[in-house]
Amino acid sequence: MAASIALRLEFGGGAELLFDGVREHLVTLPGQSEPWDMKQLLAWIRGNLLKERPELFVQGDTVRPGILVLINDADWELMGELTYQLQDQDNVVFISTLHGG
Amino acid sequence: GCVTGQSAEERQRTSTQLELIFRATGYPFFIVHLEQVFCLPGAVLEATCSVPVRSEGDYKAAVNRFIESSRAASSNTTSGEDQDQDPSVLKTQCLLSQLDTQDLPSGLLPFDRQLTGVLQKLFDAVKTLTAKEDLLHTLRQHLIVHTARTHGYSKVMMGDSCSRLAVKLLSSICQGRGASLAADTGFCDLRYGDIGIVRPMRDYSSKEIAFYNRMFGVPSLFIPGLDTKTPDKASIQRLTESFVTRLQADFPSTVSTIYRTSEKLQTSGGTHSADAEPAGKCLLCMCALDTKLEEASAFHATLVSEKLSQKQITKSPAADWVPDGQCCSRIDAQNHNCGSSGGRCSSSDRTPTSTDLKSLLCYSCRLTIQDMSAAEFLPPYIMAEAERRMRRSQMEEEIAAFLLPEDDAEDREEVS
Repeated sequence: MAASIALRLEFGGGAELLFDGVREHLVTLPGQSEPWDMKQLLAWIRGNLLKERPELFVQGDTVRPGILVLINDADWELMGELTYQLQDQDNVVFISTLHGG
Repeated sequence: GCVTGQSAEERQRTSTQLELIFRATGYPFFIVHLEQVFCLPGAVLEATCSVPVRSEGDYKAAVNRFIESSRAASSNTTSGEDQDQDPSVLKTQCLLSQLDTQDLPSGLLPFDRQLTGVLQKLFDAVKTLTAKEDLLHTLRQHLIVHTARTHGYSKVMMGDSCSRLAVKLLSSICQGRGASLAADTGFCDLRYGDIGIVRPMRDYSSKEIAFYNRMFGVPSLFIPGLDTKTPDKASIQRLTESFVTRLQADFPSTVSTIYRTSEKLQTSGGTHSADAEPAGKCLLCMCALDTKLEEASAFHATLVSEKLSQKQITKSPAADWVPDGQCCSRIDAQNHNCGSSGGRCSSSDRTPTSTDLKSLLCYSCRLTIQDMSAAEFLPPYIMAEAERRMRRSQMEEEIAAFLLPEDDAEDREEVS
């Protein structure tokens, strides 16, 4: 029912190493019956974008501690973290603050 | 880049990008290659010394660090205290201090390929990632201090954030660097005498810095380091970092607690005094030597158990044995170390250098050197300084009988 969503994903601070060094990704999530939320987005990223070493990016359901997530330039903790429902043209940024990528 | 095996073109590209960022800030900048560490004078290892007169050519800053991204500090962090400060480069996660220099002619490869090979051999000789990172950090520190001295700066600002320092604190403790903790993680580090290292960013957590950089569009560059993409348990530093970060996720006060604790640390005053005898300081990290302790110390017990766990025993342990609760656990740890590196205090067929080096190093630097299969790969300035100190101590021993008691400082200097 929900239309496909176009998103802009950015990776910084070393996280881009896991995505072939590409910092910015413009992706379109396929339409599905329920709205997309962050949890599904992470699973989608893991399945489609992540080129190597998934354990360095996601940990279980959520991102690895040490990776900051900004949704439209706001901390995702303010938006509900994993339960936030994505809107069209959202901008999601993942910044790694860790030494080891 | 050299240490992580990047090709020359990649390194060139990285430094070109860095140059662009630095130029945009409008500050003079220097970029120093790690290979220059082989050209350093022994004077780097002295606490207070005159500025060595060296004419180094182009430098590229020791950006081949194990720190990922670098952002040019667009004058956000400069405080107005000292006129000679180098504005440090801020990054979210990292601690990179960028020194300032003149512009370099583009397209020039300032580093010698041969030195690159030597440097790689040096780091290949080190077996564990912990020791590699430690060695890298030490060499970088020397290089930075030397460059600062050469160019007449009196202060160096490092970009260590609160989170990074908390990790550094814990991993230093794990490595046995208790003696230098206060200097390593405090705001002001006066180990090098004339050069003061300050850490203005130690109040800000990496999250804050990340958000700030994002919102203000601070340009950044990510450079893969030694421990990029390594598993969690690859080195002590890495393990500590993942531990602290995970703990921080559940208990947000972790980092600030560690940080506050570190603020309370002070040295007993040894590192701050302008020491008349440099032999009292570790050769590599310039902190007070904690290994010249009396027989009943835990450190001595460690040494004894090391010797015992080896096949060759040079002296009877009975006289020196001090039962200590730590011994047993130490034996296992040291056994592991023992087996990996051949050079030990009791072995007489190794080159005397590595054995003698140990007497000049603090405990944690000893562990780092022990992890090296061969100590001769160390840069010449370290070996030269080591030899100099050994000669001095030998000479002091020889004329010890003729020296007046310690409070006659002038006589002592006169004689030696």
